[in-house]
Amino acid sequence: MIGAALSLRARLFGSIGNTLLTVAMLALFASYLPVLLRWAVFDATWWSASPAACRAAGGACWAFVHEKFRLVLFGRYPFEEQWRPLIALLLTIVLVLAGCSLRFGWRSVVAGALAGLLAVIVLMRGGVLGLSLVPTDLWGGLPLTVFLAVGGIIGAFPIAVALALGRRSELGVIRGISVVYIEMVRGVPLVSVLFMASFMIPLFLPGKLQVDVLLRALIAITLFSAAYLAEAIRGGLQAVPDGQEQAAKSLGLGYWQTSLLIVVPQALRLAIPAIANLFIGLFKDTSLVGIVGLTDLLLATKQALGDPQWRSFSLEAYLFVALLYVAFCSFISLYSRMLEKRTRQHRSS
Amino acid sequence: MSALAISPTRLARGRHDPAFRALATQLIVLAMLAGTVAFLAMNLAGNLEARSIRTGFGFLWQAAGFEIGQSLIAYGPSASFGRALLVGLLNTLVVASLGIVLSTLAGFVVGIASLSRNPLVSPLARLYVELIRNTPLLLQLYLWYAVLTQMLPAASAAPQLLPGVYLAKSGLHFPVLQHGAWLIPAAGLAGLIAWAGHGVWARRRAAQTGAPAKLWPGLLLLLLPLVAVALERAVSASFDMPHLTRFGFSGGGMITPELTALLIGLSLYNAAFVGEILRGGILSVGRGQLEAAAALGLSRGQTLRLVVIPQAMKVAVPPLASQYLNLAKNTSLAIAIGYPDLMSIGNTIINQTGQAVEVIAILMSLYLTLSLAISTFMNWYNARVALQGAS
Repeated sequence: MIGAALSLRARLFGSIGNTLLTVAMLALFASYLPVLLRWAVFDATWWSASPAACRAAGGACWAFVHEKFRLVLFGRYPFEEQWRPLIALLLTIVLVLAGCSLRFGWRSVVAGALAGLLAVIVLMRGGVLGLSLVPTDLWGGLPLTVFLAVGGIIGAFPIAVALALGRRSELGVIRGISVVYIEMVRGVPLVSVLFMASFMIPLFLPGKLQVDVLLRALIAITLFSAAYLAEAIRGGLQAVPDGQEQAAKSLGLGYWQTSLLIVVPQALRLAIPAIANLFIGLFKDTSLVGIVGLTDLLLATKQALGDPQWRSFSLEAYLFVALLYVAFCSFISLYSRMLEKRTRQHRSS
Repeated sequence: MSALAISPTRLARGRHDPAFRALATQLIVLAMLAGTVAFLAMNLAGNLEARSIRTGFGFLWQAAGFEIGQSLIAYGPSASFGRALLVGLLNTLVVASLGIVLSTLAGFVVGIASLSRNPLVSPLARLYVELIRNTPLLLQLYLWYAVLTQMLPAASAAPQLLPGVYLAKSGLHFPVLQHGAWLIPAAGLAGLIAWAGHGVWARRRAAQTGAPAKLWPGLLLLLLPLVAVALERAVSASFDMPHLTRFGFSGGGMITPELTALLIGLSLYNAAFVGEILRGGILSVGRGQLEAAAALGLSRGQTLRLVVIPQAMKVAVPPLASQYLNLAKNTSLAIAIGYPDLMSIGNTIINQTGQAVEVIAILMSLYLTLSLAISTFMNWYNARVALQGAS
């Protein structure tokens, strides 16, 4: 106890420089913390209130969140039907967690993913089973953000595995194509890929075939993240010991059997931290679809701020959305660390 | 390429020969790729004709007919589309280079603060890194833009950051020298050359005599001309100060709120990543190195400069390079807050001419070139750092 206090004292006031730093930090806290607390907590308006009441109170107007959270979370999806995106969102999250838990074989994972995809589309789009039809341009908010991130990374997986194997291939043409694809995509910004998808996909397809805006953005995100995912998987491939491949070959397995049954599964496990980081980045980057006009969580917030009465509370609105993103991203990184620990136990046991 | 050379004996073995299979696989993949490209190109040609969109790069020489809010070179609505793209490219380069410098400086502070033993400083730095890294950059840009354009007081009550520097809704206003401003960067350049020259001489001398090179003469040579000329200019030449009129500020220099928000947002966002990279680099230097330095009698400053930083840089430079690449690509988010960068001007041109294919091809090749330039420079720097450590 005394030892801890002494070491704390040494760390706070150990040298002249450190003492000055401590004093400066205390002065900073003393002058700004009260202002911050008064704004965010004591003078804030918490529950439903008019904008005028908010201004009169002088602090943060969390009443904005109370007033607009349905618009922020679900965008322009019809108000009475918003239980549908909510269920679709929860279903997606449950399925992703189940799929990542490594408790199920790949056949049940694929079957679950396809069934989940069908269920989400039926729920969101409707038009069957007595659900009213909601076209994709009304989808929005948090469900859209999650669908784009999850759909993007799942769609990218087969392409990325092919590219990662292609980059290590002994065949010059295939290696060349993989390298050029990966390096070109990694050299351009996601915004430009989104623009390309939204302007050029209609031009590149036969005249009668129309792809809607949501699907175009999803294609762009998939193609973009495939290049980064391929590099993460290649890192995993390099870490798989050579003996594994040699053992597989000596058992008489061919290239595809060796790759898909022996090497790639181990590489994916080794690449879990890198893939999780990539997914966090992708989850944040889905906010860029707002630039091509999709109402994701961030653009829905901006649209909620379009109401002239509430326009001046953008700080509160953005802080609330930032909190949502922080919660999601922290959860992903926590979960991936847990997963990593479990695979390590798996390997050692 | 041995796979392409087929001898007659091999041909006889037919489809089970590995070389034949390799060649066949590659040919099939190439044919599939060519087929896809041809299919897309045919569709494209048909669609362009059906929508009567022109093709080719002729539009680059036509009058653009739109205004651009900020331009480094002379530009008006009668200038060509090509010139508009050049304006956008320069604006992108401005943001990218200033952003790299600012985020490196801020990143150093974050990295050192998160390694601090002071229990008040390091948790604050950790909190900053976690909050920044877990929210989208676009959200942060919107936030800064809202703060700068909505929450600041009117021009008459604009806060004065430094004497003559005002942060107002209309942007960041600052005083500029009326004439002879070019002398300051010239002095800076002269100082840089003197510093580099002294460095070469000092290293050679250190190698001859064995005495360690001193740091301060080089720093003096670097800063002295700059400080002297800046002081001389500040005293003798007159400043064009921003002053308040009925319609806001007039005179002086001004940075638009779009650019200010973009620079603040990009720098603070990337500073969190740069800080983590530097922290990781410094932590990678083994304890034994510090103990050995202490045993040799090196002071704390010498240990840091001669032992820790050179080894930390070797670890930190490759991830730092990819962070700078990210920053350069992220400048394209400027379009969301209305800063006229390459992407946003390209978008305007697509809307005006409809020639999406050509414009996007130009944009992508420019971004690719920029990425390539940054990674070439960082590879060169990395090779230099690595070599110094190895010798």
